[in-house]
Amino acid sequence: MAKVKGSIVVDIEKCKGCEVCIPACPTDVIRLAEDVNGKGYHYAYMENPDNCTGCVNCAIVCPDGVITVYRKKVE
Amino acid sequence: MAEKIINKDIVKEENLVYKKTDLLTDKPLSYCPGCGHGTAHRLVMEVVEELNVQEETIGIAPVGCSVLAYEFMDIDMQQAAHGRAPALATAIKRLYPEKYVFTYQGDGDLAAIGTAETIHACNRGENITIIFVNNGIYGMTGGQMAPTTLPGMKSSTSPYGRDVQSMGAPMKMTELVAQLPGTYFVTRQAVHTPSAVRKAKKAIKKAFENQKLKKGLSFVEIVSNCNSGWKMTPLKSNEWMVDNMFPAYPLGDIKVPEE
Ligand SMILES: Cc1ncc(C[n+]2csc(CCOP(=O)(O)OP(=O)(O)O)c2C)c(N)n1
Ligand code: SF4
Ligand code: SF4
Ligand code: SF4
Repeated sequence: MAKVKGSIVVDIEKCKGCEVCIPACPTDVIRLAEDVNGKGYHYAYMENPDNCTGCVNCAIVCPDGVITVYRKKVE
Repeated sequence: MAEKIINKDIVKEENLVYKKTDLLTDKPLSYCPGCGHGTAHRLVMEVVEELNVQEETIGIAPVGCSVLAYEFMDIDMQQAAHGRAPALATAIKRLYPEKYVFTYQGDGDLAAIGTAETIHACNRGENITIIFVNNGIYGMTGGQMAPTTLPGMKSSTSPYGRDVQSMGAPMKMTELVAQLPGTYFVTRQAVHTPSAVRKAKKAIKKAFENQKLKKGLSFVEIVSNCNSGWKMTPLKSNEWMVDNMFPAYPLGDIKVPEE
């Protein structure tokens, strides 16, 4: 059966670490990094990248529009 | 710092399913982390992009945190004196009736200093769209009480909570303008979850498309958070909004055109 796999790319320098994307993800992919960006914000990253289905939920709730989403069918 | 790219086999142009619309400029938004203004801006620009009317759209920025909306929305825009956006939009729409004209206003702007402009533009049935971001407070100036502030809600000018007896009850502008014959479509939305975002975008799109029908004003309230003014984390402010703002400002369509 064909499955979909997704991935997000966060624009780290523009992320404000607000966490709004985290509960929006149905598969618990996102966390805030220990590390901070140039503005001092902990930025979002994929802690569980294999869970991502590319559903775009995180990207459409991100107030700063810093998430880009990719999705691909895999065998 | 470079963007960290994991899943290199998936992150390819042909697999792209969502990116920020080009109608938002690359300037970092001036809003606090987690503020709904950013999402509301993006939805308006996504609608303009989907309708392919970038060249035919004129927006009016308010006074308030979103005063700089013209820096972020890559369309023709003008900034109005506090509360006067519906008057400016009226003039522009009457001069350019074929353009899509919208105002973007906070609750201090629309429901306090601009109450008269709002109500009369709605009553005249101007063929414009009003996007009304209601966060129950004056965000920009440091969290003062707005006409929309909830009973008992603390603000810098109601430090013991809004006392309805002396300060009046929250003003429900959206229900109020729905009473006027000049409004054609009136709805209340939010942008804190994926499903709310999808619904809000549909409503904004309808509110823009309605301008071609020339049947009156379309009014979209977006109940939003002001985590800085409310003195909460962004996630906490969204929870608080659901528990406290939504009962007072229930989501959904208030006036829908008869088919
Ligand atoms: C004529 C005038 N009066 C007062 C102000 C001060 N002022 C600036 S923003 C603002 C309130 C904005 O609140 P709101 O519309 O709710 O927007 P928010 O910042 O919450 O998005 C006020 C009173 C002003 N700029 N001009
Ligand atoms: S919602 Fe956007 S800005 Fe907020 S933490 Fe997630 S990626 Fe960063
Ligand atoms: S695209 Fe969907 S599954 Fe992937 S991180 Fe975002 S919300 Fe989670
Ligand atoms: S003060 Fe409030 S409304 Fe203004 S940007 Fe910050 S959170 Fe948003």
